[in-house]
Amino acid sequence: MLVVEELAFGYGARTVGSGVGFRLEPGETLCLLGPNGGGKTTLFKTLLGLLPAQAGRILLDGADLARMPRKAVARSLAYVPQAHAAFFPFRVRDVVLMGRASRLGPFASPGAADHAAAEVALEALGIGHLAERIYTEISGGERQLALIARALAGEPRLLVMDEPTASLDFGNQTRVLTQIRRLAARGIGIVLSTHDPGHAFLCADRVALLHGGTLVALGPPAETVTPETLRRIYGVEVAVVPLPGGAGTVCAPVLD
Amino acid sequence: MRSEAAAAARDAGRFRAGPLVWALPVLALLLLTVAALGTGRFAVPPLDVAALLWAKLTGGTAPVDATAQTVVLQVRLPRVVGALVVGAALAAAGATYQGLFRNPLVSPDILGVSAGASLGAVAGIVLALPVAAIQGLAFAGGLAAVAAVYLVGVAVRRHDPVLTLVLAGVAVGAVLGAGISLLKVLADPYNQLPAITYWLLGSLASVTLGDVGAILPAILLGLVPLVLLRWRMNLMSLGDEEARALGVETRALRPLLVAAATLVTAAAVSVTGVIGWVGLIVPHVARLLVGPDFRRLLPASVLLGAGYLLAVDLIARNAARIEIPLGILTALVGAPFFLWLLASGRRGWA
Repeated sequence: MLVVEELAFGYGARTVGSGVGFRLEPGETLCLLGPNGGGKTTLFKTLLGLLPAQAGRILLDGADLARMPRKAVARSLAYVPQAHAAFFPFRVRDVVLMGRASRLGPFASPGAADHAAAEVALEALGIGHLAERIYTEISGGERQLALIARALAGEPRLLVMDEPTASLDFGNQTRVLTQIRRLAARGIGIVLSTHDPGHAFLCADRVALLHGGTLVALGPPAETVTPETLRRIYGVEVAVVPLPGGAGTVCAPVLD
Repeated sequence: MRSEAAAAARDAGRFRAGPLVWALPVLALLLLTVAALGTGRFAVPPLDVAALLWAKLTGGTAPVDATAQTVVLQVRLPRVVGALVVGAALAAAGATYQGLFRNPLVSPDILGVSAGASLGAVAGIVLALPVAAIQGLAFAGGLAAVAAVYLVGVAVRRHDPVLTLVLAGVAVGAVLGAGISLLKVLADPYNQLPAITYWLLGSLASVTLGDVGAILPAILLGLVPLVLLRWRMNLMSLGDEEARALGVETRALRPLLVAAATLVTAAAVSVTGVIGWVGLIVPHVARLLVGPDFRRLLPASVLLGAGYLLAVDLIARNAARIEIPLGILTALVGAPFFLWLLASGRRGWA
């Protein structure tokens, strides 16, 4: 379980956001919405312990994150970065295997158990057929799934996903969102950020709206994602329309 | 689906490395070594060379005439062993630096180890110190330069520690380069300046077995962390943030790996002078052959580096009546190859 209390975050002397607090239970998905430059990425880096908190604290299963070694943090809290073009052409299998680092000693190389865990993660995301492919040569959507598999290989209880649907085509966005729902159903707590408020309705239990470095709303999607709040954080008109038959809710921009 | 399966099979084949795959390059390196020992103005047949080496290793005697024995064991052996050790060292350091800095265009010189070693050696030459002292100064200079770069990098501390290090390396390298230029101006143009020029271009001509024995402990010591951390190196190549998020203490590992690669490089260049290109090109080729996994990349770089420098040194002492400095040849042989790689756009460049 992740508890964030009165957190202030930023780089060095510069404060990006403050007063942020929320809890994340196992199996819960929290979706972070906010404009570019709103502090989402900085908040994530602080949650992961990559940046020191400027004030407040982050508790990971009751332990203060700031005092935990990297390995202990990574073992329960895994990070899924945006699908990137890696610098060296590793095989997908080797990329996923890297998720085992938190479970291995500093001088150890992955053994049979680690390979098995990587295999399980690949199969869980339905990308077992990509195992021998080169990470730099697969598509963006496949890379994103591979990075999720890498995070899962470390058998974490919490996932932090930085815009997992960014720059993916419509089909791949849907596939990634489906996986997020599936992971949450397995009991993994997930924090993700997205630029599409509609995604919040698709996969989130709760939504946090981050604007100007503070949480302007926190709660179930139906209560937090409204034309009023979206106008406030994005400065544009958005229609939030429930689909007939209770099949979900869509958000569409209203152009002048 | 079919094309995907084919692609998977192709990718798998490219990176599969069984014991046989390693036996071949080792054998090739052995053959090249025997050939190098036999080649020169006084040619010795390969079988005689092999007999001499065998006798030397087992402590027996070989039925080979005394001149051949002297040429092979006294004249060529130190040089050949030097080429193998220095080539392997520079390539291993290059592979490490390229991974750490996530850049296939990085050479072991990026943090100023060669510039520091050069300044040390040049100062030693200008002060007319004995050879051992010049080598010691070069070694110390190389280590000191990288230490200075690292301290500057830590002091500046911007968002990206890797970029900061590279920029600090550029700055410190410029200062060291100025120092070298100044000493060249001050040096005696008839005795010292040629010695300086020669050192800066690198040569194995005057390497003794004693030299190799002196640098071997430092090189082996530097290789220990590289071998032990061979899998973690893969994670380091993801960049600082991602590696830390995966549970790697990069703040402890990076200085350790930089120190190891620097130790290896400084030891190598302290006896041969600056030899460019080996540390840049060889890891590349190794990556094309065995893939980017450091567990295979390191041994492949070591073998290829040893072979490459041995081959280049063979050209250096046989191509012309005079000895050609190694720095000239590694660039002349390496640069076209490098451009070919660039143009062919092969995997490994991604």
